[in-house]
Amino acid sequence: MAAEISEARAALAGVSSEPGASKPDPIVTGSNITRTFGGLKAVDVDKIEIQRGVITALIGPNGAGKTTLFNLLTGFDEPDAGDWSFNGKALAKVPAYKVARLGMVRTFQLTKVLSKLTVIENMRLGATGQRGEKFFSAAFKSLWRSQEDANTARADDLLQRFKLDEKREDFAGSLSGGQRKLLEMARALMVDPELIMLDEPMAGVNPALKQSLLGHVKSLRDEGRTVLFVEHDMDMVRDISDWVIVMAQGQIVAEGTPQSVMADQRVIDAYLGAHHDTDITNIDLAELEQEAEAELAAESNEETPS
Amino acid sequence: MRLRLAALLAAVLGIFILLPSASASAETTPTPSPSAGGAAPQQNPIVEGANITVTLKDLNEGKGEPKPIPGVTLTVLKDSKTGEELGSQVTDQSGRVSIGIPGNGTYVVELDPKTLPSGVKLSGAGATTKTVQVKLASSNFVTFPVGARVIEKASKASEIVDGTRDGLKTGLLIALAALGLSLIFGTTGLTNFAHGELITLGAILTYIFNRGVGLPVIFAGVLAVLASALFGYLQDRGLWRPLRRRGTGLIAMMIVSIGLALLMRSIFQYGFGGSTRTLSEYVTQPRNSYGPIDLSNKEIAIFAVSIIAITVTCVALMRTRLGKAMRAVSDNPALSASSGMRVDGVISSVWILGTALTGLAGVLLAVQQQVNFNMGFNLLLLVFAGVTLGGLGTIWGALVGSLIIGLMVELGPVFGVPASIKEVGALVVLILILLVRPQGILGKAQRIG
Amino acid sequence: MDFGTIIDAAFSAAFGPQAIVFALAAIGLNVHFGYTGLLNFGQAGFMSVAAFGLAVTVVTWDLPFWLGLIVGMFAAIVLALVLGVPTLRLRADYLAIVTIASAEILRLCFGAVEFKDTFGGSNGLTGFVRPYQKLNPYNDGLTLGVVSFSRSDLWSITVGWTLVAICCLIVWALMRSPWGRVLKSIREDEDAVRSLGKNVFAYKMQALVLGGVFGGIAGIFHILKQGSSVPTDFNTTFTFYAYAALLIGGAARVLGPVVGSMIFWFLIAGIGSFFSEATKGADPVIPNWIMQPDQASLIRLILLGLGLMLLMIFRPQGIFGDRREIAIDGR
Ligand SMILES: Nc1ncnc2c1ncn2[C@@H]1O[C@H](COP(=O)(O)OP(=O)(O)OP(=O)(O)O)[C@@H](O)[C@H]1O
Ligand SMILES: [Mg+2]
Repeated sequence: MAAEISEARAALAGVSSEPGASKPDPIVTGSNITRTFGGLKAVDVDKIEIQRGVITALIGPNGAGKTTLFNLLTGFDEPDAGDWSFNGKALAKVPAYKVARLGMVRTFQLTKVLSKLTVIENMRLGATGQRGEKFFSAAFKSLWRSQEDANTARADDLLQRFKLDEKREDFAGSLSGGQRKLLEMARALMVDPELIMLDEPMAGVNPALKQSLLGHVKSLRDEGRTVLFVEHDMDMVRDISDWVIVMAQGQIVAEGTPQSVMADQRVIDAYLGAHHDTDITNIDLAELEQEAEAELAAESNEETPS
Repeated sequence: MRLRLAALLAAVLGIFILLPSASASAETTPTPSPSAGGAAPQQNPIVEGANITVTLKDLNEGKGEPKPIPGVTLTVLKDSKTGEELGSQVTDQSGRVSIGIPGNGTYVVELDPKTLPSGVKLSGAGATTKTVQVKLASSNFVTFPVGARVIEKASKASEIVDGTRDGLKTGLLIALAALGLSLIFGTTGLTNFAHGELITLGAILTYIFNRGVGLPVIFAGVLAVLASALFGYLQDRGLWRPLRRRGTGLIAMMIVSIGLALLMRSIFQYGFGGSTRTLSEYVTQPRNSYGPIDLSNKEIAIFAVSIIAITVTCVALMRTRLGKAMRAVSDNPALSASSGMRVDGVISSVWILGTALTGLAGVLLAVQQQVNFNMGFNLLLLVFAGVTLGGLGTIWGALVGSLIIGLMVELGPVFGVPASIKEVGALVVLILILLVRPQGILGKAQRIG
Repeated sequence: MDFGTIIDAAFSAAFGPQAIVFALAAIGLNVHFGYTGLLNFGQAGFMSVAAFGLAVTVVTWDLPFWLGLIVGMFAAIVLALVLGVPTLRLRADYLAIVTIASAEILRLCFGAVEFKDTFGGSNGLTGFVRPYQKLNPYNDGLTLGVVSFSRSDLWSITVGWTLVAICCLIVWALMRSPWGRVLKSIREDEDAVRSLGKNVFAYKMQALVLGGVFGGIAGIFHILKQGSSVPTDFNTTFTFYAYAALLIGGAARVLGPVVGSMIFWFLIAGIGSFFSEATKGADPVIPNWIMQPDQASLIRLILLGLGLMLLMIFRPQGIFGDRREIAIDGR
């Protein structure tokens, strides 16, 4: 197993660090994907390939279009144009649930646990191919009991691994923010995905938990899964990712190994912001304020009930 | 002289939830081409509101096209031949008279045989009176053919003109209420099922100030709008604000509003009774022709008032500080609050403005038709349809949507929707548009993840 | 003032046919709203298509009664499918408005003079109940203390409560299964469910059909117990009342809608009868200047509106519900 991984990593060694570089064994490929909101081009990706069997980090400043790209790839949103495929299967117009069934499962930046279900019920929901979820067999318990027991056993294993076994019977709504992130990740694993896409798995998680989460993410790769994750914490990115893709203003601006990317001037400009080396007193305050407001607006759009 | 005359009286009475749309119908008498007796008027427009409209035609024993008989005097009396005279008119060039009536009841239509052209006799027993029972059931379009088939049929073009006029009028009334609903929805997220009752409130208050207190209708209307606004403020302070404070969910609030609607409607019925009543002025008015369009004075007033109110509101929302604050809260309450805006104050203003507009819709509706405890409830669905069509919570959407709904309702019958269910067309369009654009015409799609 | 009359009215309403109609309709709403979170405000529409499906088949087309039952249920299923395709993609508040609109379209069409030959106009259709009444095994009515039921009511009660029991059993069996778990999850957050590979649309559609079928059963039972199928019975207010009944009992509970309907009718009939007794006669308990006899029946509606508001504010989970579990905080 370990040999395989370093093989996968080694394969990346020869890859150029140009944006949209071709990979030797891509699990996801996409080209010319664009998505606009009003006048804003949120995503404008010429080419993207994700290598199989490694951990790829997707980084970029707030509003770069990372979450939007996730939504597009997983069928939660429709692009204005573009093709992309998973394991060679074209995914344009494929609905989100089918994408998940193909083995490409994502989590959400704002966690979506089912707060009025217990933790274990959340987990059981993740299992695929359940007989008891078919309308006509649901009413007869004997038809699905054994399968349900097997799923429960698997769920309990995962809960133990993610240290949630003590919360098994609690309502998911009572979990802390970090625990929700864990639950969501564990639940996604119930689907048994080939590619797991994590949107900011570490946001709001305390340092101690972060370490164990890092371990979990690595163990996913060691199981042979492919991981694509969005993260703002550079330490973590440096720590666990095998490859880094940088987005800014909807475009992929750089790619490469963590070390090379972090040394890249374009990345520093795009990510650390144009202001990072400017004297703070020279910054146009109005402009800053505007930026902050736009961001807040974007964020509360997500939360505003409507 | 082949004079066997069929005199038929047909009275049609159109009353409909939104607007009385009067309708013409047939009647006849036979005979040789009448040499237009006396001073036949050019045209008798169909009276606005409840009316009895009669068209006299010479059936000529079924040979050839029936010909209208101008110059015959017809009188409408209340209850019986000896009852109160409600109006008398001479048939116009198209053989038509149209006389307004106050409401439900029994009416007698009397034809003065002396004014019939010579050689024309009434058919059958030659009776010169017909009795008509009028029932203004809420949304029924009642026909009383008193003899013959309906002959008169307005030309398609004039039907379209009339339909457009009625449609715009309905649309504007809906738009007033829809603007109110949309403002409140936009700022608070509340789907307010009690909104119809705010329309009724405006109408009933007008009735009370007019008939009860004895003020002229215009005064009463102004007071009713002010009182509606006050009620809106109190409602927000007394009910919705505490609920928001408690963190009550939007669906729970929506069900609360259903309860409130039921409560208010029952109280209206308790106090006002189940009957339909009229204001003291402007009940029936003849329409004057302006080019191809027939309009009564009160219709002109309704157009003017609603257009002014809507324009002023929209300009105010665009220009004033408060308007900007309202739009900001509506776009993003959390951000507005965090940037130091007094969100509660803004919401109060929205309630005041929203209920005032809605009350105004009720006032105009009371002038336009009559007052009933359930008039707002009957309109509610169309108001919702207008708001939804435009995209929930957007001001322009509510306007556009309401006008479309108004036109759909009134023009539907011209294009084959059965007249008794003309709202159906508008509702079907609503569903079809949502099929294509789930967020409404001007609404925004939501963000995921 | 005759308290016997009041008690009779209250109890016979709580156990009588009217409460059964509400219970059946509310069981359907419970599947829609309580478990799946679909705000269906058009339950009256499901009832009316099933009712007119039966009535038109038997009266207008002169076909056998059993075929009418099939046509009625089929009509409810078709309505769910037709309605589901456009509406299930909509946000909750849009869905509410579209379902109301659909139910109103149906009611207006059934009552239209233009379609009088088929649907009987505003008077509706009669003359389809004989096969149902023929099956009545009872010879006599039943009197229990002050409460009494007529012979035909007794038959309707037997049939009705049996139907209610069967429907509850079905709901119970389904909602403890993984299928029910998916529905409850959709109620919480459908995107999360989608991300786990479940076809949310299909589940919502199944829920809509199931609840619509319960609504259809309610509609058919309603016209059978009443002997006529009248369009105005199926108005939006009915749906609101059915919601009130569901919320009283508690949404997302198998027995919530049943108990809720009984309590609803107990109160409605009891209060109605109380005030009509109190305003009756030459020297009424409540003087005429306060309340006329024709106003008496409105008091219960006023109280109902008030009660619904207070219930939602102070105990949204109803009598049996679990506050943590109901879709009331949602959008
Ligand atoms: N539904 C939407 N409607 C309008 N604009 C949107 C929508 N979704 C995203 N955007 C805009 O698209 C841009 C990209 O947003 P996105 O959420 O993809 O950024 P991100 O890279 O995930 O940022 P962050 O790191 O803060 O999560 C932002 O400017 C955002 O405001
Ligand atoms: Mg993001």
